[in-house]
Amino acid sequence: MNCDELLKALNSYVDGEVDPEICTEFAAHLAGCNPCQVVVDNIRQTITLYRNGQPYPLPPEFHRRLHDVLRAKWQEKFGSSAEPAR
Amino acid sequence: MREPNELTDDSSEPLSDLELVRLARRGQWDAFESLLERLEPRVFALAMRLLRHRHDAEDVTQQTFVKVIENLEQFREESSVATWVLRIATNLALTAIRRRRPIQTLWNEGAAAGSDDMSSLSRPQFIAHWRDDPADLVGRAEVRQLLEEALDELDEKYRTVFTLRDIEQFSTRETAEILGITENNVKVRLLRARLQLRERLTHTLGDETQRLEPGDH
Repeated sequence: MNCDELLKALNSYVDGEVDPEICTEFAAHLAGCNPCQVVVDNIRQTITLYRNGQPYPLPPEFHRRLHDVLRAKWQEKFGSSAEPAR
Repeated sequence: MREPNELTDDSSEPLSDLELVRLARRGQWDAFESLLERLEPRVFALAMRLLRHRHDAEDVTQQTFVKVIENLEQFREESSVATWVLRIATNLALTAIRRRRPIQTLWNEGAAAGSDDMSSLSRPQFIAHWRDDPADLVGRAEVRQLLEEALDELDEKYRTVFTLRDIEQFSTRETAEILGITENNVKVRLLRARLQLRERLTHTLGDETQRLEPGDH
């Protein structure tokens, strides 16, 4: 496996979906190629960063409006039984 | 078996999403509102990532939960509640995008130009370990800004696949079904998205002093 072939198999390796034979070739290439090791690390870090980030807090006024609209929709569907069970 | 009024019983464990759906089907607003509180941040974030516009994301979030109310009885419990709701949100967001740009066939365009096969992948150029661990980076405002900019620069079809696969963690098959493309298209678009985001982030987060030349073997 060379660097270009590794690039094509990169997703499957990162996602743990690669078949064992390719995985062995992949690991063997990585062991001898520092740039490819770093690229694989970077890809994993990129995914982690996006997965753990939460850059879109719900706007509070939208939260209130959404609940009001949905409560009205709920009452339209369920009528008087839409009252909270307190 | 849990009684309906257990929703407000502080001594019990929190109800699962599925239990909340089952109570909501009986007309319990409190159960639905609890589910809403849990899922609305994820739905809104997904809509923001796909639409890149706050008001459109708010519209899609509202439409999603209206649809959930309308279709409570149709949920067949074959997937998790969250997956069901996020699928609805994704489809509504895609409809909104198509409405914005009706002439383009967003989700299938580009295949003929080779963007949906492995023939012309961009090789990594800036290769360096990052100076900081992602766990330390995630809370920084400038990093959040960087993540936004990098996502904005991605082609819409790559951004959509990256959002569904890597952030929302839909499977390749689910992503293909939602977008109406092949699983192979999903895989290639995801690889392109990951490579492009890696390149962009590493330019800023990589340690320039330890930059490596691309491998050529």
